Amino acid sequence: MLATFGKRLVTVIPTLIGVVIVTFLLTRVLPGDPAVYFAGPAATPDSIAEVRKTLGLDRPLAEQFARYVADLARGNFGNSLSTGRPVAAEISSRLPASAELTLAGLVLSLAIAIPLGILAAVKQGSWIDHLCRIVATAGVSLPVFFTGLLLVYVFYFILGWSPAPIGRLDAFATAPPAYTGFYLIDTLAAGDLETFRGALGQLVLPAATLSIFSLAPIARMTRASMLAVLASEFVRTARASGLNSRTIIITYAFRNAMLPVVTTLGMVFSFLLGANVLVEKVFAWPGIGSYAVEALLQSDFAPVQGFVLTMAVLYVALNLLIDVLYGIIDPRVRLDG
Amino acid sequence: MHDNSMKRRDFLKTASAAAVGAVAAPAVWSPARAQDRKETLLIVTENGPNNLDIHGVGTNRPGYEASWNCYDRLVTHEKKTLADGSVSYDRDKFKPELAEDMNVGDMSVTFKLKKNAKFQDGTPVTAKDVKWSYERAVKVGGFPTVQMKAGSLEKPEQFVVVDDHTFRVDLLKKNRLTVPDMAVIVPGVYHSELLKKQATEKDPWALEYTKSNTAGTGAYKVTSWKPGVETVYQRNDAWVGGPLPQIKRVIWRTIPSAGNRRALMERGDADISFDLPAKDFTEMKKDGKLKLISNPIGNGMYSLELNVTKPPFDNVKVRQAVAYAIPYQKIIDAAMFGHARPLFGGPSNDVAGTEWPQPTGYKTDIAKAKELMAAAGAGEIETTISFDLGDGVNSEPMAVLIQESLAQIGIKAAINKVPGANWRSEMAKKSMPMMVNFFSGWLDYPEYFFFWCYAGQNAIFNTPSYVNKDMDALIDGAYAAAATGNTAKYEKDVKGFISKAYHDVPRVPLFQPYLNVATQKNISGYSYWFHRQVDYRSIVKG
Repeated sequence: MLATFGKRLVTVIPTLIGVVIVTFLLTRVLPGDPAVYFAGPAATPDSIAEVRKTLGLDRPLAEQFARYVADLARGNFGNSLSTGRPVAAEISSRLPASAELTLAGLVLSLAIAIPLGILAAVKQGSWIDHLCRIVATAGVSLPVFFTGLLLVYVFYFILGWSPAPIGRLDAFATAPPAYTGFYLIDTLAAGDLETFRGALGQLVLPAATLSIFSLAPIARMTRASMLAVLASEFVRTARASGLNSRTIIITYAFRNAMLPVVTTLGMVFSFLLGANVLVEKVFAWPGIGSYAVEALLQSDFAPVQGFVLTMAVLYVALNLLIDVLYGIIDPRVRLDG
Repeated sequence: MHDNSMKRRDFLKTASAAAVGAVAAPAVWSPARAQDRKETLLIVTENGPNNLDIHGVGTNRPGYEASWNCYDRLVTHEKKTLADGSVSYDRDKFKPELAEDMNVGDMSVTFKLKKNAKFQDGTPVTAKDVKWSYERAVKVGGFPTVQMKAGSLEKPEQFVVVDDHTFRVDLLKKNRLTVPDMAVIVPGVYHSELLKKQATEKDPWALEYTKSNTAGTGAYKVTSWKPGVETVYQRNDAWVGGPLPQIKRVIWRTIPSAGNRRALMERGDADISFDLPAKDFTEMKKDGKLKLISNPIGNGMYSLELNVTKPPFDNVKVRQAVAYAIPYQKIIDAAMFGHARPLFGGPSNDVAGTEWPQPTGYKTDIAKAKELMAAAGAGEIETTISFDLGDGVNSEPMAVLIQESLAQIGIKAAINKVPGANWRSEMAKKSMPMMVNFFSGWLDYPEYFFFWCYAGQNAIFNTPSYVNKDMDALIDGAYAAAATGNTAKYEKDVKGFISKAYHDVPRVPLFQPYLNVATQKNISGYSYWFHRQVDYRSIVKG
């Protein structure tokens, strides 16, 4: 098992090398001159040249790349030009925010979509099947920034149930000591229930926004794969043997239907990380997506490279995890396949 | 790893289920927090600082706000109440801030420093700190150095330590902008001993340190800064630069969505929302729930700029035709929701006064524009009209309206949207034939605007690349006359260069925009400043 896992890891290396080269070149090819941007108002050609020199942008491309790779090897992602902070520190402080939000959204989405999908498959053609179809279609066709703003308007502005959409915590609350970077866990670890409730309140609307968006693929995939399994021979046999329908659906059918659902889950997680960018903007969430977009708008290379690299590593790790999950769900699947 | 993440998920699942109940309950504040709320100001804006020091490389405008509130200048401006009841800095009156006395001599300015002035760590301020700080500003390069030059502050030898509490600036030449330039944000006083310790060979001015730490004497210091999220200030109770501010703590949050900033204000959760879009401003004003303050941006205008180095806009008649074809009023109504000061429809292009900016003699007159096009002998023209996508909210509707109107006089203009990050470099190339653009100068003097936008030095802001000897003579003449106090000559030259600019019309002034602020009704003391950022020191929360 470990050996195959190791083999699988080795195949990841060329992917990462490719990502490093592409991100470096891509950001250099982008139009926009950071030196002019950072020279600020009232810049003269001289002051622009000075800034270019300070930023090391007057060096040949190859030299810039060599320096970049050498820094990466030392775990140094470079400094963000716009915030002046090390990208690695910035990403590690922002990644938990995005991860907490995405995971919360995904869990919420799973909690709704899987039962909905199973019910829709079991009672095919009934009202619940139609409900599933409507919810899924509506969820996926509404853009996230729209759902986000709508939820804010209704639950914060009109009803006042939800706290102000100003990020992970109320402006007057202090952040818990960072153990994991997940506020819900850190506040509990610190025994600060007031802040825990605050953090949870802040999380509900953005997580709901993400989950509405991701309901569709999970619910539809659960339904489709359940239908296929329910129509298969071993389920018929189980029924004929007089097993009760609960055991048939949960124990036999669902477990077998889970493989495609897990695959979808990996995809959903990755596009949720993308959708995050907009949700983070709407809810002023200090996540990694809004950081990358901000950097891109300012031609700030290092954070964009760091972001793409982190995301690439995350996807690779996620894919590995899903491969491992396959093996647990269905022992017939081999990792070296 | 796998086990952990499963636990986390299970945990979150139960947590999310509990959330539905938890959120509906009203927030219960501990008494300490309620007290804190009263002494704390919560400001929301679209962007936060990217650097706490204006001397830094590429510090953005919000960064200027941090510098302004955390550092002191030797002198600053008095304030005045405007006709509409709002308060503004007074361009012409100065008062001491870190200095207790300013003595303007013939070729030098001498300052006596306040004896009890201390940096935020308790170290007394001496003239050495001031000299080091001024040297830093003129030698660090980039924007601060250019800004210092505007006041003829260029060489380290100009800055003299007379004794511990006396500092003298020797003038290279007479320049009326020297004293005003010492009251802008750039020449703040930095803790030189502390920063020398933080300096390295590669970073002799300790820019790395001041990027995220404040090292001044100012009324506030930054206690926590999370770029793109929030900046938190604490009051410096030992401040000597002026009366102690009422606000003890300032929390400045970045809220990118304009809709949410408005919701936060209308729900009463934030105290100040700064730099509102014109649309939100006019609508919120109608609602009457909040206090809305608005000031015309000094020495600033939106204009349509025409590249005079290339056909067809090298022909002055074509430029004038364009100036007559612009749907001015429609632009103000549709793009700015009626909230802007018109810069068109004046009595004549030969201006009678020196106030700036002032209306041109142009107004929308398609018949006249067609006549001028015919006289110019220009046939059908195809060109592009560019704007900065970063300012798309304002610029895009303007560009569309202008495009539509120009089609009537035979100019087909395609719209070219330039991403915000590229705008400056596109401007620097000077190849865009026609663009909607905004410029404003800190130092509110017409010759300063012309120095950047019309003079033969062809600075980046002279986007039309307009170079004209007569124009340069008038601008130089106004500078020289202002320095020697020759009012008659000054007025003649200023009127001369404005009139020339309006006749030759390389840029067509459209309107002067406003800087808009919304505050809760219990907030007072807001003042407009040339730097267009919030000064926390005068704000009072009732």
